[in-house]
Amino acid sequence: MSVLSPPRGTGETKTTDELVVPARHPWRWAGTALVLVLLAQLGHGLATNPGWEWGTFTGYFLEKSVIDALLVTLELTLAGAVLGFLGGIPLAAMRLSRNPVLAAVSWTYIWVFRSVPLIVQLLFWANLGYLYDTLQIGIPFGPGWSFSTTNLISSFGAALLGLALHEAAFAGEIIRAGLLSVDQGQHEAAAALGLPRRRQFLRIVLPQAMRAILPNAANLLVNLLKSTSIVYVLAIGELFYQVQVVYGRNGRVVPLLMVATVWYVILTALLSILQYYVERHFARGAVRTLPPTPFQRLKAAIRR
Amino acid sequence: MSTPVLEIHGVHKSFGTLDVLRGIDLTAQAGTVTVILGPSGSGKSTLLRSINHLEKVDRGRVRLDGELIGYRQAGGKLHELGERHILEQRARIGFVFQNFNLFPHLTALENVAEAPIAALKKPKTQVYDHARELLARVGLADKTDVYPRQLSGGQQQRVAIARALALEPRLILFDEPTSALDPELVGEVLDVLRDLAAAGTTMIVVTHEIGFAREAADTVIFMDEGRIVEQGPPAQVLDHPRHERTQSFLSKVL
Repeated sequence: MSVLSPPRGTGETKTTDELVVPARHPWRWAGTALVLVLLAQLGHGLATNPGWEWGTFTGYFLEKSVIDALLVTLELTLAGAVLGFLGGIPLAAMRLSRNPVLAAVSWTYIWVFRSVPLIVQLLFWANLGYLYDTLQIGIPFGPGWSFSTTNLISSFGAALLGLALHEAAFAGEIIRAGLLSVDQGQHEAAAALGLPRRRQFLRIVLPQAMRAILPNAANLLVNLLKSTSIVYVLAIGELFYQVQVVYGRNGRVVPLLMVATVWYVILTALLSILQYYVERHFARGAVRTLPPTPFQRLKAAIRR
Repeated sequence: MSTPVLEIHGVHKSFGTLDVLRGIDLTAQAGTVTVILGPSGSGKSTLLRSINHLEKVDRGRVRLDGELIGYRQAGGKLHELGERHILEQRARIGFVFQNFNLFPHLTALENVAEAPIAALKKPKTQVYDHARELLARVGLADKTDVYPRQLSGGQQQRVAIARALALEPRLILFDEPTSALDPELVGEVLDVLRDLAAAGTTMIVVTHEIGFAREAADTVIFMDEGRIVEQGPPAQVLDHPRHERTQSFLSKVL
């Protein structure tokens, strides 16, 4: 048992020669009883209220159109996260740079993209063709190729662009915070040993920064997963849009909202488990001994 | 006499309006131990840090084996070197910090092996063998796979010394290597320093350990307010200080 956990049970233990009687905690019992009663009520309500329509729920939960929509949600989350963090790295590096122009550009980007609500931004990207008929790529002020905006940016492209740009602003700040959390002495030691610049960053600074980056990054990722539901305004068939389509047809609003809700909860749970193990990996050396994982604890409990 | 390992000439450094170093001249021959004493704020650490260009000097020159550190001389001007070149020069100078600054996410062995692999591009197996020998030399043969936080302060500092030795540097700089240690751990680190001195390592040590200076130093330097006030063999500087500021400092620490 860890040192921090309170004494359990009421068993009297013999230490040296005196009997030790653990303190009693009557309010702890009262609190537990209250919470259990409330939980029982909630469970009862979920099971007996016909409004939940659990039959409809199970009918749609694994239905093909819902699963397809779920894949779109995952696709948007994954691509948004990868692009967002790829964008966040240069933004963090620029803000920490000694070059005032780079720092100011990064600061402005983060300011703008944190200020504009995601939904507004998405609508802007979807309507880019209204501002610019064609987009050109080429030598500045020289020759180039032009494309029709509406052909180049599909509604899925607009959604991804909006999510990635929005994410990058937050990811940049999270990465910057992580880099700042690394002790100055570590930079100095790496420099004093003559380690090449890249190696200083990738081998010494970044792994230590990850400790501070990960919990916030996981938060951002979970938030992104749910934010993908906003792209329904662009009529993209992701999870939330799809359940709306279905309940628009059959009028079963509550069970279909539950379908989406339960999927979001399951995905967040998976992300949380992943987060636990990744954080554990980067805790090497930061704590004297790593605490056992829940799985290891379970195995130990069974063996006992 | 052959070229000294380290030559410092007219080094000035200021932070804003504060003049930290005001014209330092210092020479260290190969195989000698130089101990720098002085009250806090006298510029000892800044001097040490400017030797490996962790701190950029405002004026003056630092030469390692006759080669200018941090600059290239051409056409009567000094051109600051690119970072890559400076890093190469630093790999020839060991630096031991007051707070160890071991990499907490790497084991003792990985800490020691990091620079020879990454900076000197030596083959891994050879580096790891050498790193194990170095850890054995500082008395930590059984701690190779342990993370720094699982070690005592004295053990961490000994790993840090092994890490500096791994580069086989021309010169090792020690910035108050025992100041962050509990009193009973100071001895084990000083023992390692004495061994290094006896083995002919060229060392510059900033410390408050007068006993160590007396027995291990070839030259003792006393600094105050950014200047070298007095220097000479320990018997002279420690037992017969000529300068009144040296006398008052020694009377306080002895």
